[in-house]
Amino acid sequence: MSDAAVVPRETIEETRPRRSLVKRALAHPLVVTGSIIVLVLALVAIFGRWLAPFDPTAMDFGARFAPPSFTHPFGTDDFGRDVFSRVLFGAAVSFKVAFIAVGISGTVGVLLGLVSGFLGGWIDEVVMRFMDVLFAFPAVLLAITVMAILGRGVGNAMVAIAIVYIPIFARVTRGAVISVRGREFVTAARALGQGRWRIMLRHVLPNALGPIIVQTSLSLAFAILAEAALSFFGLGTQPPEPSWGRMLSEGRSFLQQAPWMGIFPGLAIMASVLGFNLLGDGLRDVLDPRSSR
Amino acid sequence: MSFRYLLQRLGTLLLVLFGVSLLTFAIIPLVPGSPARVTLGVMATDASVAALEHKMGLDRPLPVQYLSWVSGIVLRGDFGDSLINGKPITEQVRQRLPATLVLAFAALLIGLLIAIPSGILSALRPGSARDLGVSIMSQIGVSIPDFWLGILLILLFAQVLHWLPSSGYAPLSEGLVPYLRHILLPAATAGVISGSIMARFVRSAMMEVLGNDYVRTARAKGLNERVVVRKHVLRNAAITIVTIIGLQMATLLSSVVVVEIIFAWPGLGSMALTATLQRDYPVLQASVLLFATSFAVINLLTDLSYVLLDPSVEYA
Repeated sequence: MSDAAVVPRETIEETRPRRSLVKRALAHPLVVTGSIIVLVLALVAIFGRWLAPFDPTAMDFGARFAPPSFTHPFGTDDFGRDVFSRVLFGAAVSFKVAFIAVGISGTVGVLLGLVSGFLGGWIDEVVMRFMDVLFAFPAVLLAITVMAILGRGVGNAMVAIAIVYIPIFARVTRGAVISVRGREFVTAARALGQGRWRIMLRHVLPNALGPIIVQTSLSLAFAILAEAALSFFGLGTQPPEPSWGRMLSEGRSFLQQAPWMGIFPGLAIMASVLGFNLLGDGLRDVLDPRSSR
Repeated sequence: MSFRYLLQRLGTLLLVLFGVSLLTFAIIPLVPGSPARVTLGVMATDASVAALEHKMGLDRPLPVQYLSWVSGIVLRGDFGDSLINGKPITEQVRQRLPATLVLAFAALLIGLLIAIPSGILSALRPGSARDLGVSIMSQIGVSIPDFWLGILLILLFAQVLHWLPSSGYAPLSEGLVPYLRHILLPAATAGVISGSIMARFVRSAMMEVLGNDYVRTARAKGLNERVVVRKHVLRNAAITIVTIIGLQMATLLSSVVVVEIIFAWPGLGSMALTATLQRDYPVLQASVLLFATSFAVINLLTDLSYVLLDPSVEYA
């Protein structure tokens, strides 16, 4: 008997669709383009400190407002700091804030949506009405309000952004859970006497992951935007730490004199947001072909 | 639309508004330090801070403070006084609310002028260069930070071409032309972004209708394509488009907050940021409450219009 013959049938059947899903994802132009952009920027975020030609906080008053050149590819700012190095360092801040914020809001939102969608009844009512209330605040204003309570700083910005995106994760998860909870395998698990949490985490959640993965990618895009906006308003990352949003707000005062100060950090934000958006949209096509855009 | 459904939705709205008011009220008890100290400054003695707290009613139990705050707003339209200049906030709101409303409407108008034609044109020729162009435009629109687009527009139209003012506001009393010149850039910033997002949804709404049997029948009857689009497709896609506009208002209002700050537009959004930076919490509360309330009401109207426009929608 060959080795292949002893592989249980279920394993073969379970892995096939997954493998074809990966194949389909890798053939999807949006997923590929988005992944490449995100990967490049993630590498910049991780290795930026070694790639940067200058110290991002080192001032050189002799080289103030130097236009883009071979030495300073993105020019210099009002303190003579190298904008290219600052953009590279800024990637780390943006990605760190985005991943931690989305990690928090994803965990809390998915748990709330899972419990609310699976259990239904009054728990669902209470959780979803609370989400409706949070949803009623325009995102930026809610983040500003949370920052007003917690105070300025990058750590608080993460919490503020996380709070803004909890209701979105909760709604998306709840919707996916409701469509799964009536399926046969859930009924079977119930009939086998498995506990609620076990059923939710082992059977329902894995089958509701598609929309959650899509939402994670889209939320990372929004989180990068939100961090940049908060730093732009002076509430997020504080000087001298380089942050794309902060750099834009500094560059705004010198638009005519040194437009590069306002152009390159903005391009960096847009590229990251575009990468995660393309990836999210592509994954939606692959994971949930029924949803039309 | 059944009366019961209307009552049910109004009930939900009241519940959401109650929650919104509780969270907004919670700002002051949650912020570190006393609002009285913001007014008196860091050098004030504890006794004078306590005296002002008593005068402001901050030493009362929280439920009492909440009831007096809410009843002041609901019954008398009184949002309290600013901690910084001591003036009634209602006065500020009265001056700033029209500016925000005008900006939001102008932005929505620009957004629709972009979204509807481009959405329709791309849906009529899916896969064409035109369709690809609209799709790229909307991806960029979703990804471009509104504050950066604002900066780029200022750079181009105010600082390089000198066509439009870079920021500020001109009241209508100074004449229509200065008024429009000041509103154009901020409205375009928020409008271009929401327009490019809406274009995507208009396209998919159109595509859905175009695939229907009655469209095929209309074409098979030999009707002119223009008539088919106007009489059959647009009329049916309108339901989805109205819903999209409603849902898009959240993004639009968020953009309006940002744009007001960039362009020093004297509305409720810039009021919120200034209040946050100055720790003028009652002013922040007023702005947040007004934005959230209007958004909750817009949501309700969107839902109701959806049911009104499409009698086949099941309301449960």
